[in-house]
Amino acid sequence: MRPFEYVSPSSRAQAVSLLGTAWGNTEILAGGTDLLALMKDDVVAPKRLINIKEIKDLRGVSLSAQGLRVGALTTLGDLADDANVKKNYPVLAEALIEAASPQIRNLATLGGNLCQRPRCWYFRNGLGLLPKDETGRELVAAGENRYHAILGNDGPAKFVSPSTVVPVLIAYGAMVRIEGPKGKRELPLEKFFVIPRTDSEREHDLRPNEVITEVLVPPATGVKAAHYEIRQREAFDWPLALAAVALKMSGSKVQTARVVLGYVAPVPWPSPEAEQTLQGQPVNEESAQKAAEAALQHATPLSSNGYKVQLARVALKRAILKAAHRGAA
Amino acid sequence: MRDDDDPNPKDPEAKPDVSGVSRRDFLKISGLSITLPLVGEPKMAMAAGQQVVVHGPGKVPMEFSINGRRLKADLEPRVTLLDALRDQFELTGAKRVCDRGECGTCTVLLDNKPVYSCSVLAIEAQRKAITTVESLMQDGKLHPVQQAFVDNDASQCGFCTPGFIVACKAFLDRHPHPTPEDIRHGLSGNLCRCGTYNGIRKAIAQVAQKGA
Ligand SMILES: Cc1cc2nc3c(=O)[nH]c(=O)nc-3n(C[C@H](O)[C@H](O)[C@H](O)COP(=O)(O)OP(=O)(O)OC[C@H]3O[C@@H](n4cnc5c(N)ncnc54)[C@H](O)[C@@H]3O)c2cc1C
Ligand code: FES
Repeated sequence: MRPFEYVSPSSRAQAVSLLGTAWGNTEILAGGTDLLALMKDDVVAPKRLINIKEIKDLRGVSLSAQGLRVGALTTLGDLADDANVKKNYPVLAEALIEAASPQIRNLATLGGNLCQRPRCWYFRNGLGLLPKDETGRELVAAGENRYHAILGNDGPAKFVSPSTVVPVLIAYGAMVRIEGPKGKRELPLEKFFVIPRTDSEREHDLRPNEVITEVLVPPATGVKAAHYEIRQREAFDWPLALAAVALKMSGSKVQTARVVLGYVAPVPWPSPEAEQTLQGQPVNEESAQKAAEAALQHATPLSSNGYKVQLARVALKRAILKAAHRGAA
Repeated sequence: MRDDDDPNPKDPEAKPDVSGVSRRDFLKISGLSITLPLVGEPKMAMAAGQQVVVHGPGKVPMEFSINGRRLKADLEPRVTLLDALRDQFELTGAKRVCDRGECGTCTVLLDNKPVYSCSVLAIEAQRKAITTVESLMQDGKLHPVQQAFVDNDASQCGFCTPGFIVACKAFLDRHPHPTPEDIRHGLSGNLCRCGTYNGIRKAIAQVAQKGA
């Protein structure tokens, strides 16, 4: 790791004013489980770390009539153990305990989970988020792409969005709150993620001098949710495909559905096609299969990841059936 | 140009003295120590109208609570807790294998929770209770988890063992009567390349039965 300066602001305003206006010179340090590994490999080399863990009002989990408020510094472990989360958002609790390992969950924060960088091996080897060779040829399309995107990959970004928690939060309708030099803003979590087109962009909508302050999840009363991850190894690894589903039922039929795929695109991938297919239908093998096919109909696999199309279909079909069979929260 | 920046000062007083450092050079060095402070003189930065301390990139005086003892060291902010334990305090129980949170050999407790010490900066671990495997043995007697590892042949080459023991202790403190599913899941943060998992499961069962 290269030498760096280390500052621990005690308020959001201090943190914002210490952050640089361009990516690169300063980085926010939360749990450090991703950032420190990237710094050891010289993929990022900030001159100054802004440790936000002394900012007390970025902590805490609370439930009210408006839903759940999760401070950005809440660790994945504390959130998974929270009694309100277990009771009211059981699928979030499940996704959290399937993420990483106990030791990581004790350090990793929710804010860091949203901003963790892609696991793409070209990126992690210092070749950039949109890796090209000197002739401008895209390395991922021409090279080892078995874990890369099968949707949303028509631009130079071919990596997959890394969080396994975020698709569940999006299915539950979560919002993210951000604070920067111009004040506070709030946006739906799915809008937070963007597909970068140039090397100077990141995978999210955050400005270099903004801080995620909290995640808000609306009440999930009556929602039947589920997620399904397909992993090669259960621990220490990242999935090949996953799906998160939240259904509101009217009798035995789906009134509205929220469907989000993960590990298929450079962003968490909501599927309006699958949502429309499910609407007004009873949930059974057939309707779940149809929704899964609709979600993947426009998939454009690369040279070695065609297998992921079928995995994503299976993950979605199983998530839909699982959601329908469990009681509402 | 400010005087201290001048690489070729034409100062008649700049005669070398016996130590090879001119009076002029000496003044420059001591002048430098004001702008680039050494250990113990932190720099300040303005943030939202308030002064905040900037630590590093050089060494910073740090103080830790490790296994109930207060220990001090001057370390750069980039030093991980793992490297501080091993290189400064001779606590070599926690091992460095992957150095990126993917194996578990560096597991220690931070405020009683298991974490990877390779993934925490030493500077962040100040004011937290750090517990390493070295503290588990009390009065010459192995901790029940350590004894159970011996009794159940739960290690082969032994390299992952200290990390596993700390992780098992933390796990059993939280789950005194674990189900096989709890064990599989709760100990998923440590790897053993020799494949001693069966022995480790038996060791946990032994402690769960007898109590730690
Ligand atoms: C072996 C292993 C397995 C893993 N498995 C999974 C998995 O299955 N599922 C999963 O979802 N994740 C997994 N992870 C990733 C892990 O969840 C993330 O590393 C973690 O959530 C990052 O949080 P952190 O607090 O440690 O972030 P840090 O490492 O501190 O920061 C990560 C990034 O987020 C930025 N950041 C942090 N907080 C904020 C904030 N409040 N506002 C703005 N920017 C911020 C930082 O600047 C940095 O760029 C795994 C990691 C490892 C090492
Ligand atoms: S050395 Fe820390 S987890 Fe491997």
